[in-house]
Amino acid sequence: MNSSGLEFSFNRTAAMVRRYWYLLISSWPRLLDLIYWPAVQMLMWGFLQLYVSQNSSYFANAAGVFIGAVLLWDILFRGQLGFSISFLEEMWARNLGNLMMSPLRPAEFIAALMVMSIVRLSIGMIPVTFLAIAFFGFNLWSMGLALAAFFVNLILTSWAIGIFVAGLLLRNGLGAESMAWTIMFLFLPLTCVYYPVAVLPGWLQYVAWALPPTYVFEGMRALLIDHVFRIDLMLEALAFNVVLFAGAVFAFLKLLESARAQGTLLQGAD
Amino acid sequence: MDASDSPAIAVDNLVKRYKTATAVDGISFRLAAGTITGLLGGNGAGKTTTIAMIMGLVSPTSGTVQVLGALMPKQRYRVLHRMNFESPYVDMPMRLTVRQNLSVFAQLYGVADIDGRIATLAAALDLTDFLDRPAGKLSAGQKTRVSLAKSLLNKPDVLLLDEPTASLDPDTADWVRTRLERYRAESGATILLASHNMNEVERMCERVIIMKKGRIEDDDTPAGLLARYSRETLEDVFLDVARGRDREVAQ
Repeated sequence: MNSSGLEFSFNRTAAMVRRYWYLLISSWPRLLDLIYWPAVQMLMWGFLQLYVSQNSSYFANAAGVFIGAVLLWDILFRGQLGFSISFLEEMWARNLGNLMMSPLRPAEFIAALMVMSIVRLSIGMIPVTFLAIAFFGFNLWSMGLALAAFFVNLILTSWAIGIFVAGLLLRNGLGAESMAWTIMFLFLPLTCVYYPVAVLPGWLQYVAWALPPTYVFEGMRALLIDHVFRIDLMLEALAFNVVLFAGAVFAFLKLLESARAQGTLLQGAD
Repeated sequence: MDASDSPAIAVDNLVKRYKTATAVDGISFRLAAGTITGLLGGNGAGKTTTIAMIMGLVSPTSGTVQVLGALMPKQRYRVLHRMNFESPYVDMPMRLTVRQNLSVFAQLYGVADIDGRIATLAAALDLTDFLDRPAGKLSAGQKTRVSLAKSLLNKPDVLLLDEPTASLDPDTADWVRTRLERYRAESGATILLASHNMNEVERMCERVIIMKKGRIEDDDTPAGLLARYSRETLEDVFLDVARGRDREVAQ
């Protein structure tokens, strides 16, 4: 029997996914919460886009750029939140000790959280994309392969941030909970969700271009405004994502090691 | 040395220091396979930290812990599937039913016949009536029985129990002890039991380790302790140790 920490069991990963699925379907407020805020955001930005485009020829030609931005931003934000909330559920339930004492490997735990991030995102976002078609005639799905490239890059970033936050929670307990809810907002101005990178001061543009989602949002504007799919931007985003993801896993393992040293795994205290 | 002679748990010069306190201060003991040992001590004596290091949840500052021959926490994945625990510091997810909880943990532990194992434990621990009730809606006694079922799902060779009958009424506590004794008799498992309940320790354990301020103050059979301290009950022995009368009395 392979008994190293590097062993990966789909069976144990499936057990964890099943655990989160049971939790999700046991609570209608949890399900409603998944769709409520993305729908409100999309409607608000959609109507703003409508108003601005009626008063600006530039935005009239850039139809859907705000709605597209808010939907892609929600993939990034909700992807991380879906990951982090599933992890937080273990801390709120005081179940972390049970899991850490079981044969569940960190990689299996992370894989289950990734799956749940996609499940939660799908429940929340898919209906909202149809609402965008119904209200504003904006069809995110018409982006086709470009949407797939945007999605892969955004979800990778969201998982990397989720993994890092999980490490912080293991190490610092629920005292670090607010990080799970707010950390992604640091990316909102820096990754230029609603405006081009050129708007930023020169020195800040270097920071923006070091963040993978910046390439996605620039790529989205290129697609919607110039009708060009920038594969070069997607490949650069992917390269930065590989580095970010590896860094997040490394940080998670170090924080887990530190949590063992500080004795925070059993208590989950703040 | 024959493999069967190897201790199930071997603790050597174990130390755990936090920034401002030493929780465990150089303890050593070996637990033979198939035995029940009680770990006694007042609040802050270091019992929970010791058990957490045996489980691999806390890494030692120095010294070693071996469980079934695996060094903890470094080699924990060699043996975690053969261990389990129950502790008041953890809960089962409240919104999941008892059956869902047990089923998830059974899958995590690689139990072959999950439904069969849950049915067996439900019958043995009297869980059948509330298997489909959310764990959060159980009484304290029912929750303890469910935790016990979770800790026995994988038929562990090493079972670590941290105050397993705390907050239970005497009848339920007695019921739990009987089940644990039966499990040990049937499986030959090694059980380490941290408790404040002296009657429990006296009844269940063939050996008692008494801790105080992170150190082992005494280590003997219950009968041996009673004889050496000239006391009628382990509670009196515990009070002697807790109040510093142990050395003069034991001499």
